[in-house]
Amino acid sequence: MKIDTLYFGEINIDQEKVITFENGLPGFQDEQEYTLLNLPDNQAFQILQSVHTRELAFVLTVPYFTYQDYEFDLDQGTVSQLEIEKPEDVTVYSIVTLHDSLKNSTLNLQAPVVINVKNNRGKQVVLTDTNYKTKHPLQPESEGQAHASTHAENR
Amino acid sequence: MLVLTRKIGESIQIGDDITIKVVGVDGDQIKLGIDAPKHVDIHRQEIYQMIQEENKAASQLTRGVIDLLSGK
Repeated sequence: MKIDTLYFGEINIDQEKVITFENGLPGFQDEQEYTLLNLPDNQAFQILQSVHTRELAFVLTVPYFTYQDYEFDLDQGTVSQLEIEKPEDVTVYSIVTLHDSLKNSTLNLQAPVVINVKNNRGKQVVLTDTNYKTKHPLQPESEGQAHASTHAENR
Repeated sequence: MLVLTRKIGESIQIGDDITIKVVGVDGDQIKLGIDAPKHVDIHRQEIYQMIQEENKAASQLTRGVIDLLSGK
């Protein structure tokens, strides 16, 4: 199927690459179908692109790159909504809120995007009773920050 | 807004399959027990709103912003 994307223009994707978010994402309940696109120059990030709305896309990353100890319990409701059978079938991403530089960009660890890769069902899970917040630094280490900010200012 | 008065132990039924029960009251805190089907997500409102706002901020993407990631 042909879809119009924010970053790559019009592209063709297989129907089986469509990920269904039955309840949408908080704030975007009417948008239920997305696909994951790789960025050619940076494998650490992916774009969660709405299949139906060109302008609607999110940047995702695997939180464990930065936060190795990140963990949460998946509630039973999500397990049954996504028909999860085995932990290995689940991929966890965090939504990145990009600002003017990577230094100022943040990760939402409180509401991870959980995808069952076996059936391509996804959900943004809102964690309760957690210390994780919506804005954790994308680059918590000072060395990385200095590098990224120099880089961004040179643009 | 519909306003109902309930006592501890009494419930409100919403549709066929959602029940909200007043479990306890302690000063200005009210404990509610909620029974709903699994496909219905239940959140504390202020947390859900925070996630909605963060999602809106995160979706304000442009090609230029995404280029940040590629180091362009």
